[in-house]
Amino acid sequence: MMEFLRNPAVLVEALRALFLGWGLSPMLTNLLLYILGGFALATGPMLWVIFLIWFERKVVGRFQDRLGPNRVGPYGLLQPIADVLKLITKEDIIPAGADKLMYWAAPILSVAGVLLLWPAIPLGLGIGGDLSVGVLFLIAAGAISTMAIFMAGWSSNNKYALLGALRTVAQLVSYEVPAVLVLLIPVMLSGSMSLQDIVKAQNVWYIVYAPLAALIFFIVSVAEVGRTPFDLLEAESEIIAGFHIEYSGMKFAMFFAGEFLHAFTIGILTAVFYLGGWRGPGAETFPVLGILYLWLKGFLVYFVVVWLRATFPRIRIDHMLNFSWKFLTPLALALVTVMAVVDKFVVGLGDWPRALAHLVVNLVLAFVTLHLVRAWARRYPRPKVAEPRPVARPEPQPASGD
Amino acid sequence: MVVAFIFVLSALLMLASALVAVTSRNLVRAVMALVLVLFGNAVLFILLEAYFLAVAQVIIYIGAIAILIIFALMLTRHTGQEWGPAWNRAWPWAVLMAAGLAGGLLLVMRAWPMAGRMVEEAQVPADYTRQLGVALVSPQGFVVPFEVASVLLLAALIGAIYVAWGGRKVKGPYPTRSDEE
Repeated sequence: MMEFLRNPAVLVEALRALFLGWGLSPMLTNLLLYILGGFALATGPMLWVIFLIWFERKVVGRFQDRLGPNRVGPYGLLQPIADVLKLITKEDIIPAGADKLMYWAAPILSVAGVLLLWPAIPLGLGIGGDLSVGVLFLIAAGAISTMAIFMAGWSSNNKYALLGALRTVAQLVSYEVPAVLVLLIPVMLSGSMSLQDIVKAQNVWYIVYAPLAALIFFIVSVAEVGRTPFDLLEAESEIIAGFHIEYSGMKFAMFFAGEFLHAFTIGILTAVFYLGGWRGPGAETFPVLGILYLWLKGFLVYFVVVWLRATFPRIRIDHMLNFSWKFLTPLALALVTVMAVVDKFVVGLGDWPRALAHLVVNLVLAFVTLHLVRAWARRYPRPKVAEPRPVARPEPQPASGD
Repeated sequence: MVVAFIFVLSALLMLASALVAVTSRNLVRAVMALVLVLFGNAVLFILLEAYFLAVAQVIIYIGAIAILIIFALMLTRHTGQEWGPAWNRAWPWAVLMAAGLAGGLLLVMRAWPMAGRMVEEAQVPADYTRQLGVALVSPQGFVVPFEVASVLLLAALIGAIYVAWGGRKVKGPYPTRSDEE
């Protein structure tokens, strides 16, 4: 037990010995171990989603002064299980004129695109992914999610679904640009594209080095998931439900689960890139502890995502595109350029002086940006279309006779 | 053995979807089949242990080019299903060209000493991604072609914005009625 805490690889070795003891060939054993690992990595997060759904409904309920689910099980904890049972028994509808193959493949791909992010994530020292091209791998997996949403929207043979798909492609492609730019910063600071090496290099968390980059990464990630305030892909009040309007039953549930898992995954990724990943007291000696730290940090960021969802209204589509192209992209470009130049001067100074230099650069850049935005807003005042008008007027009621 | 099995599987998938991409009359289906071909290509790169190329393949060809094709498709009103003759008079020339290209490639590959060997024997340097990056920006390497390509792309970007803008003159960020006329 103690040995497992110190070195989780003993679990794999024990399994290997067990399979070899059954008389399997070494190659078959390897294959079996890979399949088991993949299965565990795919099933764990999907089961975790069941809890996330309860958590999010409860938290959003509290934000909106409601109780949230509270009927099934203690504190309503079994509510998602009841929901899953309901969704399984629902009728599976395929609309007339739908492209059947793509209609079936889209929900699977949308979950697969999120689960594909997990093999790259380092869960602890020596646990989880250590891909040499990890950062690029994350971007590539994002391309698959975009594809899945487009396939769903197009194959449904529904104009609202197609509108949702159009919006999706516009939004995800726009926000990919600042996302890639801002991912360059941890790569630049750590000198590696492997997520494990990025975590190992964070003797000082990168949020101290580059708070501005962390903020941009977080905003862009929320946009990539398509969560409120960026939920234009499924805007209920405008295009009903966007790309998944025609989906019912378990197929709808897959989109739903994929979105929740993606929201949690961006929490984990923000933790990996900017909050020190699995690092924490004792995580080097007991790698299993690292999983707990990563989980806690990721959960904290996930809570902020839920908080945003409960607080902000949806932004308008032209604002969304302008925000990416005219604000985030130039800012991210400037940040990458300035930090690259500054880093050349301070690279040998040790962790804290280097972090301090970058912090100062970030704060100066944030101040300049705010100043520019303010000057711009003064120069172009928003044209006034009409006088403000109260929605309901308090009109004096005639006093009742009796 | 496992590698060979995956290779055959992905090669068959690529061939089948390449056929669909060329013969399908539905444009969106053709694009999706093309995506499958490109994905199979990434799998082949992984089998060759060229992880950087595999991931770059997915990012550039699926994440950018296929999405661009889809974007163009959705901006036109025709989402496919156009019925017309699938063959034109030039098809014998196309067959000839394809056969010539395939034959030439086969000849070149057969002349290459590494053909038919396993990846381990090829002795790929461990940090080839770094070498690739250094080659792109070092003066002894390919920095001039790299810069020329960058400038060309920048010019294309600016040109696209100019064409899309269409000579409009809009003062300030909020379009007013006089701007549109």
